[in-house]
This record gives sequence, structure tokens and C-alpha cells, in this order.
Amino acid sequence: MFTRRHLIKAAGAGLALTGSGFGLRSPEAAAAPIDLPAALPEGVRSNAMLDALPGKKPLIKLTYRPPNYETPIEYFRTAITPNDAFFVRYHLSNIPEVDVKTWKIVVGGEGANGQAEFTLDDLKRLPAAERVAVNLCSGNRRGLFQPHVPGVQWSYGAMGCARWKGARLKDLLDKIGLKKEAIEIVFDGADSGITDKTPDFIKSIPTWKAIEDTTLVAYEMNGAPLPHLNGFPARVVVPGWTGVYWMKHVTSISAVTKPEGGFWMNPAYRIPLGKFPIVARFTSQETAVNTPITEIVVNSLITSPADGANVRMGPVVVGGIAWDGGYGISTVEVSSDGGKTWVAATLGEDLGRFAFRTFSYDFAPKAPGKQTVMARATNRIGQSQTTELIHNPAGYHHNVVHSVTFNVA
Amino acid sequence: MRALIIALAAAAIALPAAAQEQPVELKKAPGLDKVEGNCSGCHSLDYIMMNSPFPNAALWDAEVTKMIKAFGAPISDADAKAIADYLKQNYGS
Repeated sequence: MFTRRHLIKAAGAGLALTGSGFGLRSPEAAAAPIDLPAALPEGVRSNAMLDALPGKKPLIKLTYRPPNYETPIEYFRTAITPNDAFFVRYHLSNIPEVDVKTWKIVVGGEGANGQAEFTLDDLKRLPAAERVAVNLCSGNRRGLFQPHVPGVQWSYGAMGCARWKGARLKDLLDKIGLKKEAIEIVFDGADSGITDKTPDFIKSIPTWKAIEDTTLVAYEMNGAPLPHLNGFPARVVVPGWTGVYWMKHVTSISAVTKPEGGFWMNPAYRIPLGKFPIVARFTSQETAVNTPITEIVVNSLITSPADGANVRMGPVVVGGIAWDGGYGISTVEVSSDGGKTWVAATLGEDLGRFAFRTFSYDFAPKAPGKQTVMARATNRIGQSQTTELIHNPAGYHHNVVHSVTFNVA
Repeated sequence: MRALIIALAAAAIALPAAAQEQPVELKKAPGLDKVEGNCSGCHSLDYIMMNSPFPNAALWDAEVTKMIKAFGAPISDADAKAIADYLKQNYGS
């Protein structure tokens, strides 16, 4: 029999082994400061901490409720982000644990010819599709904006890349049939606000995007059911587009003939017109001044050496990942002279055009001391990262060239 | 030492399996009671620390207004002013 005494002994052993209590909550772990980029607001640098949500490794806690936890950079040294290290982002605090026995998705709307319901088993009976794709929060790196803008002050980790498996959204829509006037497909999930006056989190995408082969209603993530906090039992997966459209715990999918008008479509999640090199447009939602955020901008991140690391004199492998909105990465270049000259890095395995693409570059420091390296990704349609931040009020699309400084001794 | 380890482990085990929200200690100053009473029902108060100290007075006013007008927070005019004043005094630029 497994008694409480055994449990405490086992836990005691675990605590002794892990020392700082990394695997278990302890007062020390909760108080442990983490080294976040100096460019972040002081309030988040002094307040953020490593904290483990249920079923998750310790992630960087920015807020408890709704939970906003980002993935530490070390988990991005591979192209696939583990489920238990995958970032968590919610807008609203009421997040029910979904019971699969009663959960279903209602598919219909005034832009459809009919209505249908899908249980998890129904979804699994549809032809399965798999896609490796980056889920990236629109506001990733918002905390690095200068001047700062309000919102969740993310640094680099509000993103992850997983192998998603599910039904194609178009197969669900085919069951009901769309009217030709259906311009948007609207998603709602099981989460909601605390008061009924808080706008429910509802998002739409253009019909053309919804019926692409790559858009899924996913029930598996890296070969396992979705973690609760990543959308169990099923979420929408919109490869190439930012995470805000990837509705978690999806319960309703509606075709509409008029633009969805809720708070989360407008004024939320908007970018100024004409500031970003965006190909994928969401014309039914555009105004004279702004448009919904759509596809992910080309970007990269150096994951090793870590910023501030000490490394031995000798060859240094500079490693990282690059991604974009689904055109595919063509090159990643590295500079060790402040951007004067750039050298092509070696690209790693290609897991598809929506995935993280790893890269590495063998850097030979000429002398000991501080070294700074930068990485710049370019995609197959010739888009590259910026050197100057494209400032915008909500803090989206930060793709300024990343650099790390480390000490060679 | 062994007693300490077991005590620490017991403290850890005593927490539920679900990660638990720890108290967020904001600066003790006039208006804190209004902040705690009105804001923490919908979100944890680390939202305030996270978004500091960069907001100027106009930005804190705008954030309080947004919580009421956009998110439907039921906050009286008097409390809204006390909250905004607290934020400007303690978490503003």
C-alpha cells in the first residue's frame, strides 16, 4: 500500500536530489529569481519566476490567472517543443476541465446549409492529417518593445512547435456545406470570463484560410492528447498564422456571411495597415487604418550559447531555430562583427514549411573575451528580419534580429 | 538535516497537485484595498507588477477604463479613481 509516509519519504529523496527543488515546489523555488533580458520592464524582471502548472515542467510564470507562462529558451534547442514545456496563454480566467464524455463541437452558422455535432470519436473517424507547425503568440517579445506597451510582457518563449494531428477543418465544414456568401469561420472555446459582461474569447478566420488543407481541428500534439492547458480535447490549428486563432477547447465553429464583430476581433489583435510585409490578408476585417494580425513574420532565435554564458576558448557552435508564416526558411546567416558581414549557417532537418528549422554555425573566436553573435533568417519569398523594431500599439510581430553575448575564456 | 528535508517535502506535498496561485504582494499604500477588492476577482495582481513601472498617468487611466468599458468590470467611479491613483503613485512612471 502506498501510504502518506512513503510519499513524504519519496518526495524527500526527490527534493534532496534536485537540490533547488526544481522538480517539486518549495519556498526556495518559488522565490528563485530568473535571469530575464534586461530590456524587459523592471516589474516583470523582478516578479516573474519558474513555476510548474499541472502536468507541466517549471515554465516562466508571468501571470497566475489567467495563466500566462512562457517556455525557457533551452527547450528551443530542438525543432519540436515538448508538450510539458509548451507555453500557456489564456485571455480569460474561467478555464473548465473539459469532460470528453459530454464535450462536442457544434458546426453550423447562418453561413452554412446545415448543422452538425462532432464528438471526439467523430473527429477521430474523419481522415487524419498531421502537420508540424509553430504556434506563436502574436505578442511574443512584446516585453522587449521600446517604448514599452501594455500587455503580457513576454520575452522569447511565447511560442512552440509541435506535430499536430487531427481532422481537416474543411472536412467538418464539408459535412454541413457552406453558402457561397460565407466569408468567415468563427471559433469559440470552453473558456470564458468571470463576469458575463466580459467579452467571450471568440475569433474568426477568412473562409479561404479555414478550408486550406493545412488547417486542422487537432486532438493530438506530439503523439499524445493535448495537455489541458494547450486545448484538450481539441483545438484549431492554423499553420502559418499567429496563435490567437488556434482556439483551444473548441466548442463551436460557425460560418458567417458578415464579419465577426466581437471585441477580440476589433479592437483587439490589430496591426496598423501597411507597416508589415504581410502577404495573407483578412480583407473582410480590414478598416481604413488597421487589419487583424494574420501570418507569422520571419524570425529566428539563437538558443546556444545562452546570453551571458561562459564558454571555453576554441570552436563555439552557435545554434538556433528559424521560422516564418509558412513560406519556408531559405537561409539563416550569422554575424560576429555587429552585422557588417554575414555567413550562412547550416540548416537542420526540414520538418515542413510551418515548422521550426534548426540551424548551426561553427564560430571560431579569434581571441578570448566578450563575443556577440547575431542571426538573421530569410524565407523563400525573400522576406528577412528587421534591424529596427517596427513599433505598433499592441506590441505584435517583434522580429528584430536576435543577438547573444557570451564570454570566451 | 533529514528533519529539514522531510519538513520541506511535507510543505511541498501539502500543496495540491494543481499549481496554486501564490499571494501577490503589491505595495502597501492608500487604495490597495480597492485594487485587491475590485481587480483580483478576474485576474491575479501580478498583471500590475508585470506592467510596471513604465505606464504614465494617462496609460494607467486608460487601463482602468478598459477594464470597465471593454471587459465589463463592475467598478464604481469612486473606486476606479482610487485604483487609478494607486497605480499611478506606486506602479507608474
